[in-house]
Amino acid sequence: MTTTIDQAAKTAQWTKKDLLGLRELSAEEIQLILQTAESFREISLRPIKKVPALRGKTVVNLFFEPSTRTRTSFELAAKRLSADIVNISTQASSLSKGETVLDTVRNLEALKVDVLVIRHAAAGVPHLIAKRATASVINAGDGAHEHPTQALLDLFTIQEKKGRIEGLTVAILGDIVHSRVARSNIWGLTKLGARVIVCGPPTLLPPHIEELGVTATVRAEEALRAADVLMLLRIQHERQEAQLVPSLREYRLRYGIDRARLAPAKPDLLIMHPGPINRGVELDSDVADGPFSVILDQVTNGLAVRMAVLYLVCGAPRVDEEESGS
Amino acid sequence: MNSFREKSKVMDAEAIRRALTRTAHEILERHKGTAQLALIGIRTRGALLAQRLAREIETIESRPSDDAHGGLPSEGEARHPVQVGILDITLYRDDLSRIAPNPVVHATEIPFDVTDLHLVLVDDVLFTGRTIRAALNALNDLGRPKTIQLAVLIDRGHRELPIRADYVGKNIPTHPKEHVEVRLNELDEQEEVVLEVPAPAEERPTAR
Repeated sequence: MTTTIDQAAKTAQWTKKDLLGLRELSAEEIQLILQTAESFREISLRPIKKVPALRGKTVVNLFFEPSTRTRTSFELAAKRLSADIVNISTQASSLSKGETVLDTVRNLEALKVDVLVIRHAAAGVPHLIAKRATASVINAGDGAHEHPTQALLDLFTIQEKKGRIEGLTVAILGDIVHSRVARSNIWGLTKLGARVIVCGPPTLLPPHIEELGVTATVRAEEALRAADVLMLLRIQHERQEAQLVPSLREYRLRYGIDRARLAPAKPDLLIMHPGPINRGVELDSDVADGPFSVILDQVTNGLAVRMAVLYLVCGAPRVDEEESGS
Repeated sequence: MNSFREKSKVMDAEAIRRALTRTAHEILERHKGTAQLALIGIRTRGALLAQRLAREIETIESRPSDDAHGGLPSEGEARHPVQVGILDITLYRDDLSRIAPNPVVHATEIPFDVTDLHLVLVDDVLFTGRTIRAALNALNDLGRPKTIQLAVLIDRGHRELPIRADYVGKNIPTHPKEHVEVRLNELDEQEEVVLEVPAPAEERPTAR
């Protein structure tokens, strides 16, 4: 108990209005989010799972792409902090009538909302909105660019299970080229001192990915042997315009994780997946539900991480409209 | 913090120790023992004081009494350790949206059910009463204690809410602009309470 009291002596500050990606964050800011999430975890274990911290704040989930996990997680996070939340999805909004994204945002701002949680198929849309809006913007996934809260919950889960991040080797396996989760994780993991190996078929490895400070390989066994943590990515059918893998069976044969493929891996390997899982493609059920898997812990931790992010961005100082000069 | 300078020392280590010992006795006297008693310290220094008070109460209760037990501690006494919880009130503050950036949140650690317990809230300094208001709301969300009392090391006056302490280490008259600084060994490597006053303008850093 004394050690946790000592932690309280540490002071750090969050001053950013938005959370757009992990690229823009310092290692200290990432640690502050993880530390705050640690404190929020206990709230979801109480009989009354609610604190009044964001009472009176309004959060809008503005999702231009389908999502269950992330949207629900943000919705529960906002509710457990006593904020009001509105869900808008493209199918049921004026966007299908031809309204531009910025007009939608201006209308929401006219309704005095405090936080916009945005998912969009195009990279950079949350950044564009953040520049124009006085409300806080949280990127819930933009194209193949970043998905910061997913990477934060991955970091949190690794920290929780391994006790550290620095010095670990993390293998990210699968469709790297289309994955915003991979990009955010690469930024976060390298900033916190982990070694990152990305692995997948050559068509799914982006060229020059090494410039982000990672090692790339097409051999799954090589990545598995070195890894303390294995992050699997979903094969994204919906984003594959060209045929980048011959077939899902072919992919499974070379990169699918089943018990036999794990034979050369470290005995305490952690297996993570951002979901939804394609069972029998990138991951077999005996591994997904097996002892190495922390996939459901990731979901639980995601709630605490999103509570922390909402709490921190709501407290950031606002820039007056005159000062921003736009 | 830099814009304050020390005016006077209000308590030294001995005075703090004596005040805590007296408070421990008062709590025991009022509750007639330690049954159903738990201490809840408010982060950060209230938590440290609560742990010290709990140890003090356990020491007093395990002391053999002259009559009845023939010098040996009775079973009942030895089996009553005092439970201590730590409360973080950050999420219950009434000034969250008024101060920026939001303060760092730390976990509440109350590893027992508070329902039907007699709780004593412990904090270092009682001032406006707003911290205690927040603590009462936080406890409300954790269960339904039978009673809640308040123990503070320093009561410096200037209440803004109808709140009072049940146990007070020391009352000190202060000006609202002054600052009471409690330093405890565990955190500050010093053991004292000092009264600080705002430094004159020329001593303040010029940067705004």
